[in-house]
Amino acid sequence: MASRPATTLSDSRLAPAWADLRARGRTALIPYLTAGHPTVDTSLAALQAADQVADILEVGVPFSDPLADGPTIQRSTFEALRQGMTLAGTLALIERARLSRPVVVFSYLNPILRYGVDRFLRDADALGLAGVLLTDLPAGSDPAVESAIQASPLDLIRLIAPTTRADRLAAAVLGAQGFVYLVARLGVTGATAGLADGLDTLIARVRRATALPLAVGFGISTPAQARILAGQADGVVVGSALVDVLGSRGVEAARDFLISLREALDAAAVGSPVVAAR
Amino acid sequence: MATVLAAERAVGGRFGPYGGRYVPETLVAALDDLTALYDAARADPAFWAEFEALLAEFVGRPSPLTEAPRLSAETAATVVLKREDLNHTGAHKINNTIGQALLALRMGKRRIIAETGAGQHGVATATVCARFGFECVVYMGAEDMARQRLNVYRMELLGATVVPVQSGTRTLKDATNEALRDWVTNIPTTHYIIGSVVGPDPFPRMVRDFQSVIGREARAQMLSRYHRLPHSVVACVGGGSNALGIFAGFLDDAGVRLVGIEAAGKGIASGQHSATLSAGAPGVLHGSLSYLLQDADGQVTPAHSVSAGLDYPGVGPEHSYLRDSGRVAYESATDAEALDAFQAVCRLEGIIPALETAHAFAYVRRMAGRWPMGALVLVCLSGRGDKDVAHVAELLGAPV
Repeated sequence: MASRPATTLSDSRLAPAWADLRARGRTALIPYLTAGHPTVDTSLAALQAADQVADILEVGVPFSDPLADGPTIQRSTFEALRQGMTLAGTLALIERARLSRPVVVFSYLNPILRYGVDRFLRDADALGLAGVLLTDLPAGSDPAVESAIQASPLDLIRLIAPTTRADRLAAAVLGAQGFVYLVARLGVTGATAGLADGLDTLIARVRRATALPLAVGFGISTPAQARILAGQADGVVVGSALVDVLGSRGVEAARDFLISLREALDAAAVGSPVVAAR
Repeated sequence: MATVLAAERAVGGRFGPYGGRYVPETLVAALDDLTALYDAARADPAFWAEFEALLAEFVGRPSPLTEAPRLSAETAATVVLKREDLNHTGAHKINNTIGQALLALRMGKRRIIAETGAGQHGVATATVCARFGFECVVYMGAEDMARQRLNVYRMELLGATVVPVQSGTRTLKDATNEALRDWVTNIPTTHYIIGSVVGPDPFPRMVRDFQSVIGREARAQMLSRYHRLPHSVVACVGGGSNALGIFAGFLDDAGVRLVGIEAAGKGIASGQHSATLSAGAPGVLHGSLSYLLQDADGQVTPAHSVSAGLDYPGVGPEHSYLRDSGRVAYESATDAEALDAFQAVCRLEGIIPALETAHAFAYVRRMAGRWPMGALVLVCLSGRGDKDVAHVAELLGAPV
């Protein structure tokens, strides 16, 4: 089975979104939501609300042992599991939501292994999902799983970390599809007040290694942070801060929070001070 | 004794399909560094000389071999015990923490983290950190901390910070998650001393090599005393480090039967057990592919065992390989059988074994009368049971 060409967007389901963003000079807003949190119905409403504001959606599959996640996403995960959410349930939720934006599934490997990699790719393809991002499947760790994803219509989204060295970075982006997800700092997911020192250098390093769009995530939680990144990254992933707002204040507040991020990104893109655009 | 390691059986960090490195990208560079460092150390006699000197002077190795006459009479075999309970800190765990502390020294990392279930690995880690002047942080499930308060205090006396883990099932599995989260955050300064033959490559190989001193000593001691190899070698298996340690001495002796005993808890049929190799299916947890207790949706299911040290839903990847290849037979013993065996060994041999080890004794006793004539049965007595006394008293209805 031949892989689709990596490092280009030729067959990617994300290509139209990136082309549109570039044409309009916009930075992608990529919200992360845990499927089934805080309840299945609220999660559905939250996905639909995010779909109105976001460019690409990341939907998290809850896993019993979220070792790359900080307290906020851990809590959302355990609440979702208590609601009976599963990988199959996540796919069903996405189907019910009838989303207009491309969807990337964010998961740990084990639920997908148990479901069956090929079966997952088939079912996700049938739903039109755009990509899959696996927290515990770093580049080269399981060539059989990686090449199955690469050869499928779904993109294999790769994570790059501050600790990723040059040779490894080159190898990782070679097999990357859709976009490259840059982990902004050492550590687990979770909101932080500032941005990591040296993030701009890191972004520049990844830029030199690949022409793929670059999204930055981990610790991005405020419009001010989003605004700073707008000039440097093609996309900004916001997870824990959004999950926190959704869990504590509901769908409306989550939508408002996303709009504030959207406005910060757009204001930065046109080089004007941040003003309410609507 | 001089360390001569067997040729590495793992290829590319995997035992057959098992093992590997299923970790966040942030950890990969550190694992690359650790692998390079360990591969160099593995081939460096000076490293092993330092290791052996510490095992002799600080741990008290070699640990003796003790024939168990009354248990032998009861089971109609010659039962011989490898006395890891006589090590400093009372269990085999310290063999590994000494080895990894030496690696941390070579890396210049002076902050150590560890996970612990019952607290034995935590105590062994806190001990070497005190000895080497390292900062030590131990993650322990809040549930386990309440059950093992004495060990928590021991770690604190030794200068360690014990952090309660409140997430998930609040036991060893979640303590391991939390240790990995710390590592991903503090990777430039910190080494993670994993306590068993689990985790991403190179940990399962490293921990096995450090524990293989058990098997090398035991083999030489058997030959010198009995002039023959044992018929069977029996060890309990949670993550599986004492078992791989003693098996390592005999894997190439095709005539020696190797038996790993998992915790069947309240019975495998009850669903409340830790018999990963008997009742699990391959999956990914804590950085490696191995047998795993999980549900139909790939969620890890809580393990149960009367012994906290076996209460873990995963198992080392090399055990998965040895299971599939048939070289090691894996059996299990229930909480009740282990509790019986615990008391029997106390009364018959004057040794209070760890509840973990009691599972191995339960198997030896279950086989009574079925051992071949004159069979030499070597049991890895992985740890002493003082830590379990209060728990056992409670279980037997006479709380102390």
